[in-house]
Amino acid sequence: MTVLAPPPDRVARSSNPTGGRSKPVVWMVLPALVMFTAFGVVPLLGVLGLSFTQWDGIGEIKPAGLDSWTAVFTEPGLLHSLWVTFLVMALSWVFQTPMSLLIGVFLAAHKRYRGFLAVLYFIPLLLSSAAIAITFSALLNPNFGLGAGLGIEWLNQDWLGQGNLALGVLVFVVSWQFIPFHSLIYQGGIRQIPTSMFEAAEIDGAGKVRTFFSITLPQLKYTIITSSTLMVVGSLTFFDLIFVLTGGGPGDSTRVLALEMYQTGFKANLMGPASVIAVILVLVGLGLALLLRRLGGGSSTDSQLEGA
Amino acid sequence: MERSPISRRTFLSLTAAAGAGAALTACGSSGPGGGSSGGGAASTASYWFLTGQPGEGIRQSAAERFNKANPNNKLQFTAFENDAYKQKIKTAIGAGQAPTLIWGWGGGGLKSYVDAGQVEDLTGWFGENAAVKDKLFPSSFGPATVGGKIYAMPCETVQPIVLYYNKKVFEQAGAQPPQSFEDMMALVPKFKGKGIAPFSLAGKARWTNMMWLEFLLDRIGGAAVFQAVFDGQKDAWSDPAVLDMLTKIQTMVKDGAFGKGFSSVDAADNADQALLYTGKAAMMLHGGWTYGSMKNDGGDFVSGGNLGWMNFPPVAGGKGDPTDTVGNPGQYLAISAKATAEQKETAKKFFTSGVLDADETKAWIDQGGSVPVVKGTESILAASPDAAFLKFVYDTSVNAKTFAQSWDQALSPTAAEALLDNIAKLFQNQVSPQQWVTNMNQVIGK
Repeated sequence: MTVLAPPPDRVARSSNPTGGRSKPVVWMVLPALVMFTAFGVVPLLGVLGLSFTQWDGIGEIKPAGLDSWTAVFTEPGLLHSLWVTFLVMALSWVFQTPMSLLIGVFLAAHKRYRGFLAVLYFIPLLLSSAAIAITFSALLNPNFGLGAGLGIEWLNQDWLGQGNLALGVLVFVVSWQFIPFHSLIYQGGIRQIPTSMFEAAEIDGAGKVRTFFSITLPQLKYTIITSSTLMVVGSLTFFDLIFVLTGGGPGDSTRVLALEMYQTGFKANLMGPASVIAVILVLVGLGLALLLRRLGGGSSTDSQLEGA
Repeated sequence: MERSPISRRTFLSLTAAAGAGAALTACGSSGPGGGSSGGGAASTASYWFLTGQPGEGIRQSAAERFNKANPNNKLQFTAFENDAYKQKIKTAIGAGQAPTLIWGWGGGGLKSYVDAGQVEDLTGWFGENAAVKDKLFPSSFGPATVGGKIYAMPCETVQPIVLYYNKKVFEQAGAQPPQSFEDMMALVPKFKGKGIAPFSLAGKARWTNMMWLEFLLDRIGGAAVFQAVFDGQKDAWSDPAVLDMLTKIQTMVKDGAFGKGFSSVDAADNADQALLYTGKAAMMLHGGWTYGSMKNDGGDFVSGGNLGWMNFPPVAGGKGDPTDTVGNPGQYLAISAKATAEQKETAKKFFTSGVLDADETKAWIDQGGSVPVVKGTESILAASPDAAFLKFVYDTSVNAKTFAQSWDQALSPTAAEALLDNIAKLFQNQVSPQQWVTNMNQVIGK
């Protein structure tokens, strides 16, 4: 392919570090930067500003100092919704990671029927969260749902009407929706592991289980971190699914931080406190993402293929 | 060929920039569109209303009739879906882009517009146009009034909350329609024993639970108790009647009066009404508008005469007037303070000659199956196929000593959200009656 840059051209460019190559790169970053600033940074600063004001969304914006912050921190609502958020995050991670890992291993093998299954497994990811939530709440309806319709007694629980059950259902539905995505990540990760390593293990007499724990799992370290970051940070922003499925109920059993923010801001018309919650949400998300990167050790530019 | 990667990149980034530009332009032009008529004349008043038949068709015909009769004062109307409208109107008013005619539910929402100086004071206008005022139910003006001044014109229909029952289920159980709250409670074990939910309740939607609190508090303590809360009196929820009411509610929940799994039943898909017309529940406390949807969805349930209805019965020893009712005393049209003088003129002309004219009044009765907020419609109501129910609604509305507005609409959005939140927790036993009172006292007047 002649597209690959020939050596003479390359030398000529690298001799001029400030011109030529670096300029178009900076320029190309601009569109993304403009979009990010306009729709990411500016609203964020706006929210930070709003958190020091009092505003009902209709009238005047009045400065209120730290009123909103003290109001949010003295209310039990914030702690409760933080707790629910972490519960959803932790439970869905614990449930999703092993499942996606196993499905990923299963799908990574080059067999035709598995390719077909991979397509089937992928279907939940194509549905919108709202559609999934409506479907599940109809199926789980204690009077007209699956349990009542088929006359299966153990299925006929008040799934969305009792705090702990509703939380469990929520974690299940979230996992049902996102396991396909994470399986796909793991499938890709596993296919990146050089086959020579598996062959060497086989020659050394390692069985399937031993190979999984000694080769596959350690080699997937960075894939696991990537997938976990997506899961953990993603679960902070769950809104649509919970809003439609339970509306935060019963009572406040499934009211996560994002829902608390929406209700404070757009239902109770308290934009100041809602902005405070939004700022907290951003900080928690950033903190978690950083923490997960630290846990990974080293930067993401390191090779992910040890021994290859 | 060496140049080609660069030019392709340039092309790609240009595409990205163009995409960004397009996205930005799209954001700028998201104003209301479609469904409008009338030109861009200075006197053209904008009017937003709700979609959903039969109401949408009735609202649209009324506006079209007005436009035909007034070629120089036209309405430009746009229809929005209910939840989208609630957000849209708030944002539009906050941004100073409100339509000339602001459709709404009155009460606390209207008050927040008044406090922000966004709607026109109509007290003087109603004084000069007494005929317009006198044609409407006096009770409908309550939620249009803030601090003694009228800020909106009542329109459309009156929707009291009604205690419905399934006559067939009552017959099978050998039960009589309850004459008192105590009768209702005595029926609970009777229906439960037959595997029927005594009351259908969509506990997932929080406002449905609220209807029980509204009626019970009125029957126990009288209309004055909530009035004190509405007036912003300190610790108004501490009235002993409130504790009594909350305790009764929690006892009902504990006794299984609302059936198995009531807190996962949603009002949005009318599952609560389905429980009543399929005979899985015996009674249901719900808005007058459910009559129409049960008639549509329930097969021959309504037309076969199986649906019974009554006003909420009295509680023994209670102070409440048994004629009192709760619900929506009307819908409301306010005029934006930001509109031009010509637009305001058009809007007021619509109030005198357009809103609830003879045709619209008839349409609400015949197509809408509801009672318009207009006096003297008895003869049209009697000719309707739903005459019995409509007469009941008319009589209940006209004869009510107090027609209270639903609490969540009467209170400010801030207080209403706290109320709904605490009601949901009450039904889940997540707060005790005493805590409930404490929590609610904190948001009085907010």
